[in-house]
Amino acid sequence: MKITDDSPPIVSALDRPNSYIGRSVPRPNLARLTRGRAQFVSDLTLPRMAHVAFVRSPHAHARIIAIATAAAAKAPGVVAVVTGAELAKVITPWIGVLTHLKGIKSAPQHAMAIERACWQGEAVCAVVARSRAEAEDACELVEVSYEELPAVTDPETALEPGIPVIHPELGDNLTFERVHVGGDPDKGFRDADAVIETTFHFGRHTGVTNEPRATLADWNEGDGRLTVYQGTQAPHMMQNLFAKHLGLEEHQVRVVTKDVGGSFGIKVHTYADEMATVALSKLLKRPIKFVADRIESFVTDIHARDHRVKAKIGVKNDGTITAWEIDDLTGIGPYSVYPRTSGIEANQIVNLTGGPYTCPNYRARARVVFQNKNVMCQYRAVGHPIATAVTEGLVELAAAKIGMDPLEIRRRNLIPDDAHPSSGPSGIKFEALSHHESLAHLDAMMNYAGLRAEQKRLRAEGTYRGIGFASFIEVTNPSAAFYGIGGAKISAQDGVTMRLDAQGALICHTGVTEQGQGAEAVIAQVAASSFGVPIERVRVITGDTDNTPYGGGTWASRAAGIGGEAAWQAGKALRANVLACAASILQAKPEHLDIRNGAVVDRDSGNERLALHELARIAYFRPDTLPPGFQAELVATRHYVPRAWPFAFTNGVQASYVEVDTDSGFVRLLKHWCVEDCGTVINPQLVDEQIRGGVVQGIGAALFEHCIYDARGQLLNGNMADYLVPMAAEMPDIEVGHVVTPTADSELGAKGAGEAGTAGAPGAVMNAINDALRPLGAKPLTGMPFTPGRILQALGRISESTPA
Amino acid sequence: MKPPPFAYAKARSVAHAIELLAADDARLLAGGQSLIATLNMRLSQPALLVDINGVGGLDHITLRNAHIEIGALVRYAQAERSAEIAQAAPLVALALPHIGHPAIRNRGTVGGSLAFADPAAELPACMVALGAEIEIVGPQGQRAVKADDFFKGLFETALAGRDVLTGIRIPVASGATRVGFAEFARRHGDYAMVGLAACAQADGKRLNDVRLAYFGVGATPVRARKAEPALADGDVEAAVSALVEDLEPPDDVQTSGAVKAHLAGVLLRRVARQLGRAAS
Amino acid sequence: MSQRFHEIAITVNGEEVRERVDARKTLVDFLREDLALTGSHVGCEHGVCGACSVRVNGAVVRGCLMLAVQCDGARVDTIEGVADTDEIADLQQAFVARNALQCGYCTPGMLLTAQELLGRSGVPSREQIRAHLSGNYCRCTGYQAIVDAVEAVAKTRAEANR
Repeated sequence: MKITDDSPPIVSALDRPNSYIGRSVPRPNLARLTRGRAQFVSDLTLPRMAHVAFVRSPHAHARIIAIATAAAAKAPGVVAVVTGAELAKVITPWIGVLTHLKGIKSAPQHAMAIERACWQGEAVCAVVARSRAEAEDACELVEVSYEELPAVTDPETALEPGIPVIHPELGDNLTFERVHVGGDPDKGFRDADAVIETTFHFGRHTGVTNEPRATLADWNEGDGRLTVYQGTQAPHMMQNLFAKHLGLEEHQVRVVTKDVGGSFGIKVHTYADEMATVALSKLLKRPIKFVADRIESFVTDIHARDHRVKAKIGVKNDGTITAWEIDDLTGIGPYSVYPRTSGIEANQIVNLTGGPYTCPNYRARARVVFQNKNVMCQYRAVGHPIATAVTEGLVELAAAKIGMDPLEIRRRNLIPDDAHPSSGPSGIKFEALSHHESLAHLDAMMNYAGLRAEQKRLRAEGTYRGIGFASFIEVTNPSAAFYGIGGAKISAQDGVTMRLDAQGALICHTGVTEQGQGAEAVIAQVAASSFGVPIERVRVITGDTDNTPYGGGTWASRAAGIGGEAAWQAGKALRANVLACAASILQAKPEHLDIRNGAVVDRDSGNERLALHELARIAYFRPDTLPPGFQAELVATRHYVPRAWPFAFTNGVQASYVEVDTDSGFVRLLKHWCVEDCGTVINPQLVDEQIRGGVVQGIGAALFEHCIYDARGQLLNGNMADYLVPMAAEMPDIEVGHVVTPTADSELGAKGAGEAGTAGAPGAVMNAINDALRPLGAKPLTGMPFTPGRILQALGRISESTPA
Repeated sequence: MKPPPFAYAKARSVAHAIELLAADDARLLAGGQSLIATLNMRLSQPALLVDINGVGGLDHITLRNAHIEIGALVRYAQAERSAEIAQAAPLVALALPHIGHPAIRNRGTVGGSLAFADPAAELPACMVALGAEIEIVGPQGQRAVKADDFFKGLFETALAGRDVLTGIRIPVASGATRVGFAEFARRHGDYAMVGLAACAQADGKRLNDVRLAYFGVGATPVRARKAEPALADGDVEAAVSALVEDLEPPDDVQTSGAVKAHLAGVLLRRVARQLGRAAS
Repeated sequence: MSQRFHEIAITVNGEEVRERVDARKTLVDFLREDLALTGSHVGCEHGVCGACSVRVNGAVVRGCLMLAVQCDGARVDTIEGVADTDEIADLQQAFVARNALQCGYCTPGMLLTAQELLGRSGVPSREQIRAHLSGNYCRCTGYQAIVDAVEAVAKTRAEANR
């Protein structure tokens, strides 16, 4: 069922009285956060807690000859100084490979470097002290002698003979290569009237979560239990990894995640310094706290998006796209990150390029190479921003070449809305998408014709505005096809345990987690609707492996679609249990009853028969009054995993309206639009806000963010003054519209929405800038971020030989 | 990023501060908006911080003898609210909103900006453009140094180890005074990629005493001395061309020298238009 | 006189506190660690992100760019204290209603900074709101919801004051 307005959808299968599905209910845990009562890991303290600071390699690549720790060990407040070799007795190394990425290879990574430091910032020694300040003081007293080794810092030459191989046992610096051919690309290019070739560059960047990574590990020798307070997106995954590498059973490990100050994928990976923190706790038998400071965050939080993509598109004069070709090269760090691997971003680019379009002729090659720079891995919208920018950049270059309007070329090539189920050029499977309806909605929302007229009028006055688009698809609700089949202990399923408490309130325990996107609120809304209570009576418990069903956590936009469905099913199951109990109390038939608004009611008339708190009182305290042989079960657990589709693809389209100051190269973002189809919308405001936040992150990629490395592998701008994140004054207002195409793979029909904004924004902004500058004969810009210097170069205002 | 250990003393007066500064590796703490950041990053490791925030008499804004005197401890926010500065030193009023962000401006001081002398900072260039005098009290007594002579090198000024910058004296703007200020920064409040502070006296259609002080183009503010006479003659394009000789901006992490040089010309055209308008 | 450790007396959220502090301890670390006022957050320790914003003698400052020892005799207000007085109740409610916070890390700093803007006369434009908040980093919201919430409160307060 499709609806093109923005009012909440009414989907009959979910029709519950007093339903919260589709309502913008404020999140229940927000008041606390406005009063300074959050509990971020950095806020937590435990008795005897000590702090760790790390001595980090100043070299991109160096052999560690010796580490002199005696002076540091005697410094005030110091508890211990521990080297990688000492720590290796307590924690085993890991290798970031999965079997479904054929041929991927990587070398073992230790919690702390032992023989060699392989990137500037890699930890080589740990100092534990009673305060972070004292630990840092003592770090300055640790003397490490290094033998500098040549560093691999250019992906373009990383595979050439004569370039050092970082891990000689692997043979070369190639982490992973994937090649794909779909349809007949050679014929497609031959059939084209025009072939446009270009090269896209995407600047390496990083998440800059407001709260840096933080871990508080507590090995209790008496209990034989490890409790780790960590701002992770995937507590059960971490539980498994801590147990595995410390030689413990999973039931000895508890991972607790309270408030998380932003993650966006940064905090879903395994970090050597966090593993070291946990190992130190086991070694020293006391709580150890690690909070990455901002400077070390820049050199240790995973980086992402460092890609060079040579790309080609074939197009006919009538606008038909005839072929796609990409050659992607990405330079990661010296290790593939564990356990998700650093091959996924490139793999996604191969999967997603050309995705929204009918043209099946597609050739792709992606190569991932090791470098002596910080590690790289999945960050919000993994691969999508690149695949989308490449695809949409090519589409608009093609349109410009044949003199066709950019919306028109899309209308002629996007997969028709009634052609589903269908496949993309890489073979990815689409259940149902709404590219055309979304495009029409966007056209109307932004008053495209009006903006074109305004652009033309202003151009005559010497003001250059541009309009750019990006159609996109997004991977959400991943099945086990994403990680499980490759051997990763990353759960694709998730569960909700729902119980009625002694006062008739609803307590929900869920394996999905909250980092600010509203996962808790969505679960509460679904639970309240499914079971039948006002939302004020719902409490959601997340982020605790001791107290939630086994689950995957929150990533790849799965919380609403997968966690939500488990909540929906659990609500139905608990309702059935409660009605069985009510029936026995009321001497009625369960099928004649329902639960609405916190009470058991007569299904047909809606008349209240029994308040839930009364039912709970009887079940818990007066079971002697229940019929013999009847046992009340006021708790139910249900799990859910998508089975019909490997991923629930969503679709959308974005537009960016910019003004380029051609004297200075500065870009002013006037407005941004996004139409998103994420299936059933549980909370429209939360979806809209995810889109907005995601768009701004994508704008960061397009205009501002870049981890700048020199040829020696030194990060030159690793602080917040020199690494530019989007701030309020430069950001536009963003208008969001909705189309609703539910998935049939769940009753809720909800797909994910967390990453869509980031997927489309860079491409839309790039296309807008190029649209603005096209009449000036500027060379199309294809290298992000689009700094004023690069724009001035494209305009010929400064010479191309100088760096911008 | 915790600072290394240091001792701390609160100065009771300028004389007391000078006395305390005799210790080895002692540094003055005023607004702290630059200093404490460098301490957090362990980029500097002083043995003693001498806090002068409590020294009285350094936060005045006074009009005297056709000059406006601004005490070194005047916070940027205080200066922003000052009707005297708006009236008598409009160039400073134009620059202030570009400095950092409101919280920074609540603490950062005018004197601190000049003493720290960040090459991309706004106020040092304003002082050069205004021909201001910088008042210093040291072990040998008081002296005034002209802004043109105050900024010597990268983070290096005429201040010696035990000197205290106590205030600045700026000639009061007259009806003929024309000022102009513009900068390019990637984001609002960032240090400038390149900026221009300008002051001149209108004389009919001509401009006299044109002072063009660029910032973000070298270790110190740079007077565009060949562009100035061209602009005085009313030839903006000749002034822009002359910049090639006046400025040789180095590359920095974010921006190349070539881009800075180009932007310097763009700024000059914009500031020239401002100078063409009567001061309000 | 010139020593590393100092006895200080600070009024924090209306309560007088006496502590011995290491001169190098920043105000925000002192509040968080010595007084367990963890509502103010540490995001960068070089004055750029604004997560540490607190009030000292009525003005919003970066808690990471002041030393605790400098605050001897000062009046410090953190988000916990300001929340308890209901001074920003309307702003907090507007933030909640508009979902102007997601992870909540920047929120205490945003609220105090916005409140300082709202303390000036007149209704700020959206551009002015964005400029005033330009020193407060938010990675989650993209800022629009925050601007909407502040604008709404500015208008309501102006109405109430007419």
